[in-house]
Amino acid sequence: MNKILSLVKKRYIVLFPIVCLIFIAQFDKYSELTSSGTFGAALRLCIPICLAGVGAIYSERSGIVNIGLEGMMIMGTWFGAWAGWLYGPWYGVLAGFLGGALFGLIHAIGTVTFQVDHIVSGVAINILAAGVARFLSVVAYADVPSGGATQSPRVDDRISQISIPYLSGGEINDEKTFDLFGSLESLDIFLISDIFGLLGGLTRNISLFSILALSLVPISVWILWSTNFGLQLRSVGEYPVGSESVGVNVYLMKYIGVTTSGAFAGLAGAYLVIESAGIYREGQTGGRGFIGLASMIFGNWKPLGTFLGSGLFGYADSLQLRSEESVHGLLLLIVLILLLVAIRSFFVKKIKSAVGALSVAILFAIWFFNSSTVPNEFVFFTPHITTLIVLSFASQRLRMPKFIGKSYRKGEAT
Amino acid sequence: MIKYTTKILSFLTPLIALSTAVLICSFILNLIDQDPVETFKSMWEYGITGKSLVSILNRSVPLYISAVAVAVGFKMGLFNIGVEGQYLLGALLAAAFGSYMSLPPVLHVLLILVMASVSAGLWAAIAGYLKVKKGIHEVISTIMLNYIGTGTVAYLLAQVFFEKDEGDSLKVPQTNYLPESAMIPPLNKMLGIEDLPDLHGFLIGAIFIGVFYYWLIWKTSLGFDLRATGSNPVAAKFSGADPGRLIILAMVISGSIAGFVGMSGLTGYYHRYTIDFPSGLGFAGIGVALLGRNHPIGMALGAILISFLERSSQILDLKDVPKEIERIMQGIIILTVVVGYEIVRRFVLTQQIKEASKEVLDE
Repeated sequence: MNKILSLVKKRYIVLFPIVCLIFIAQFDKYSELTSSGTFGAALRLCIPICLAGVGAIYSERSGIVNIGLEGMMIMGTWFGAWAGWLYGPWYGVLAGFLGGALFGLIHAIGTVTFQVDHIVSGVAINILAAGVARFLSVVAYADVPSGGATQSPRVDDRISQISIPYLSGGEINDEKTFDLFGSLESLDIFLISDIFGLLGGLTRNISLFSILALSLVPISVWILWSTNFGLQLRSVGEYPVGSESVGVNVYLMKYIGVTTSGAFAGLAGAYLVIESAGIYREGQTGGRGFIGLASMIFGNWKPLGTFLGSGLFGYADSLQLRSEESVHGLLLLIVLILLLVAIRSFFVKKIKSAVGALSVAILFAIWFFNSSTVPNEFVFFTPHITTLIVLSFASQRLRMPKFIGKSYRKGEAT
Repeated sequence: MIKYTTKILSFLTPLIALSTAVLICSFILNLIDQDPVETFKSMWEYGITGKSLVSILNRSVPLYISAVAVAVGFKMGLFNIGVEGQYLLGALLAAAFGSYMSLPPVLHVLLILVMASVSAGLWAAIAGYLKVKKGIHEVISTIMLNYIGTGTVAYLLAQVFFEKDEGDSLKVPQTNYLPESAMIPPLNKMLGIEDLPDLHGFLIGAIFIGVFYYWLIWKTSLGFDLRATGSNPVAAKFSGADPGRLIILAMVISGSIAGFVGMSGLTGYYHRYTIDFPSGLGFAGIGVALLGRNHPIGMALGAILISFLERSSQILDLKDVPKEIERIMQGIIILTVVVGYEIVRRFVLTQQIKEASKEVLDE
């Protein structure tokens, strides 16, 4: 019990919004906020962002800022669609992985060997990738009627999907089993149906690619924090002089970090093509590489946090797609959170910020009660504004790798 | 001595980058069975016709302004990736309010320019504030602000500034046309080139902005502080520069310049804000700033080079060569130029150290 209490005390910033959300979802109008459909869509939408973000950890932990993620993701979408169309979806996955890795390697050559400013090199990579994708499309799909300069032909086959047997109605020997989560969700009991809505959404009709992508989160935790290699990679981003003095190959570590991050971003691109759209379109990544980077910062340069951050983006995206009505309920959530902030600031004697939060809360309350929907254009940038708000509360607590963004020359230790 | 070698090397780097791009693209063209010599020849011939030159200049103006906006940030080590959102927001507000007002000609234009510049500057100030007070890196905040900005623009355009005509439901969202007093006339009459397409009058504005940028960064104490903070933040802080104030100021100045990016199109060609108002210029400007190494003249050349490639590649459609080869050229040029500048910088640094130690030894 004490443990739970201390958990609540420590994590109330995270728990409070969730509890509020469940309360709000009790209104019929906002029931989509916690339905299994919303969570399922959120999961699918968050995976590419999560992949890009987790990949970015490898790069940033080795000390290289990777703003070229977007470009690497574009390569992932292009090669994923191309190989997927020619040979089948799993080849698409592989090709996306390799395409992203190739551009990761270019970024590594620029930033590690030639020590170009990391952001400059990343921006250049984004420009190059967009051009290369356009050009390749023109050349590769010149004689394909369904393809063209800005899109590929459809990737016909899908990667097979599974549900977990007994829990969410998966199949064993071609026989449908009992759907525990589904039936619990449909009972419509307070809290229980919401929680099982979440669980059901996360376990029903999950493609193997999604499972592969999600498993990369714990695998990355293990690689980076429990292996020798991970320790070396992280040390390079913290104190390269020290790493070199004990015999770590600093350049090699940085190369591996940046290339891995490119490969992950490529996977993210392939996911967009093969799982979400079934086709490559120009501009398909839509800034998800940047958002992956944001969710990595959000997650304090750690895989699990990054996953949570990308989940936030995925959730907002899926609400926008599934039910614009329920987004209106989020206004109430904002009001409640701001009230919490106001109370907290009042108790720690920050009267000014308390008054500020309170007045913004009142504004949002007025908005909430005087409208029934939120304009579509605002819903579009909910995740981005959330990022800014959360970062502005949390960025003092974030700790980035110490040697990030700086260039390191071999032999500086001597 | 070193000074001259630096200058020569800095001039050579873009040329080397250009040749690298031409080489790699020739190789690619060879791979897809096209004749590179023929391709580049037809691009060149098409690019230097009078019509093309006017079009190139027209394209260069917003690119150049966008590059200058980015460069102001670069000079003090700030990355304003948000030029995109800043200029679109500024252009929309200027177009909307400009169409409501009626004023005498010159005043009207000035008011529109000020409107665009101030609103873009304020938008950029948010990123500066977030960096100084909340510690959010400007790259993340400006990227987020880009999305928020374009979303707000879409909302304002469709719901606030757009008056739906009854019975005309097919009309796309757009603001009203600017009155004649708010248009900047083309320069053709002045230059005596009336047989060519319109050369937008805001070209002069771009030149002004370039001069202003040079004056601000190299001739004022604020500019000195900006450069000092950019090259050595710690030393600058101890010399009395207030980094927080400088960050916000630099963001505001960068944003205010970004506000002018959409102005040549608005006052010279479109005369209103529609959903197909040119976008993407903010990102393109980053490339030009890198290419021109934040130098006012370098960036002008860079903008002209990029515009030249874009324009001259149009002819390739007629030759059955994919004109997208130009996009790859742009990418390669920027990437190689960036690497090239870094190599030059390292080389000069080692030379300086060598020379200094030699002087010490001689004494």
